[in-house]
Amino acid sequence: MNYNWNWSIFFEPAPGGTGTYFHMLLSGLWLTIQTGIFAWIIALIFGSVIGVLRTLPSKTAYWIGFAWVEFFRNMPLLVQLFLWFFVLPELLPRSWGLWLKQMPNAPFYTAAIGIGLFMSARVAVQLGAGIASLPRGQKQAATALGLTTLQGYRYVLLPIAFRIIMPPLTSEFLNTIKNTAVAITIGLIELTGQARSMQEFSFQVFEAFTAATVMYLLINIVVVTGMRFLERSLAIPGYITGK
Amino acid sequence: MIEINHVNKWYGPTFQALKDCTTKVAKGEVVVVCGPSGSGKSTLIKCVNALEPIQEGEIILDGIKVNDPKTDLPKLRARVGMVFQHFELFPHLRIIENLCLGQEKVLGRSHDEAMAKGAKLLDRVGLKVHANKYPAELSGGQQQRVAIARALAMDPIAMLFDEPTSALDPEMISEVLDVMVDLAREGMTMMVVTHEMGFARKVAHRVIFMDQGEIVEDALKDDFFGKPRSDRAQKFLSKILSH
Repeated sequence: MNYNWNWSIFFEPAPGGTGTYFHMLLSGLWLTIQTGIFAWIIALIFGSVIGVLRTLPSKTAYWIGFAWVEFFRNMPLLVQLFLWFFVLPELLPRSWGLWLKQMPNAPFYTAAIGIGLFMSARVAVQLGAGIASLPRGQKQAATALGLTTLQGYRYVLLPIAFRIIMPPLTSEFLNTIKNTAVAITIGLIELTGQARSMQEFSFQVFEAFTAATVMYLLINIVVVTGMRFLERSLAIPGYITGK
Repeated sequence: MIEINHVNKWYGPTFQALKDCTTKVAKGEVVVVCGPSGSGKSTLIKCVNALEPIQEGEIILDGIKVNDPKTDLPKLRARVGMVFQHFELFPHLRIIENLCLGQEKVLGRSHDEAMAKGAKLLDRVGLKVHANKYPAELSGGQQQRVAIARALAMDPIAMLFDEPTSALDPEMISEVLDVMVDLAREGMTMMVVTHEMGFARKVAHRVIFMDQGEIVEDALKDDFFGKPRSDRAQKFLSKILSH
């Protein structure tokens, strides 16, 4: 293979004029982290609400939950981002559409919200399964005590269900972070985007993507470690996973 | 205190779980409900605090119609204690927190007040030393005593027991029954689904015998054990008393 390896490329100034290539990748990493966290917060909030709706006795609630989940999980993430970014502004009244298009950081917000909603469907299904796995008597005990449905979920069902689904939730958090790479297609210059620009400017494609890979790996190791710590600190003595 | 008038209940379109059930529990009365499995006895007491809806008839609790859509059910349920076959303590809360949850969130008591009441009741059921443990760290008998204390913490006007000793190892049954006997002797209004005929003999005022969703026999204790009128009750008694 006719390729000139140059690992010192990271310390050479990038054409942007804002520092070295390493700085360029770091700024991408930072944007990836921001997008990932913002998306994850949205996924958790909407996923929790929809997950709960799917377990309520009300038929309407169930159908809202069903429609939400099937809408967001049955379309490729890429298509969803295109819909939010390119199609939605055209469908809205003209002035709103213009406002959306001219919004600063539009790719960032679109990516965070789009990925967040996409992931919320997955969180919802897992939370629904977690709640459904609890003994029926738990809900009855909460109800018999006089707690309202909302209080029953808030103080009894959700705290247990979230503990049960902590391991798959960790995977979903990681997926959320990795999915931010798709946002490159709507112009978000996150970590993958910066690695690509670096490749285009310097022609050091292997170095650029090796560095990006290592950086993704590092964030995810931090997330896995953090979640495992959380899981352990929330473990209920003697229950399910034990001590 | 508790009036059950001509109650009919169906599960699904065809299975009738309760057939024209009518009975009454006066203030301070202890009524034992027995019968073969599937006879509807658990369903009957779950209807009393509307954990299960009824389709026909009426249930009146302390002058309030339970199956009236206008009734504030959480408020009404808070006034009736319920103890379940599988204890249903909240696994993520410490023992003392299990006793405080309803007091604080439903009755609006202050944390200190709830803690004081909880500690007193734990002492009463002999479990004060376990206040800071989690349910899974206690034996079944201990958990059921906590469940009784949790119900008592709400200062209930009546207590419902749904097979409180059926899930217990034999050596733990008496510690739970002792607490219930004390409660009965103090004049608590109680409706108890149980096969513990020793308990019925000791403290019950009346015994209700159910079979296939019907109240077959509703008699004073001595009449029931002395000379049950129906064949079905005689057969049932001979089966559970002969061994």
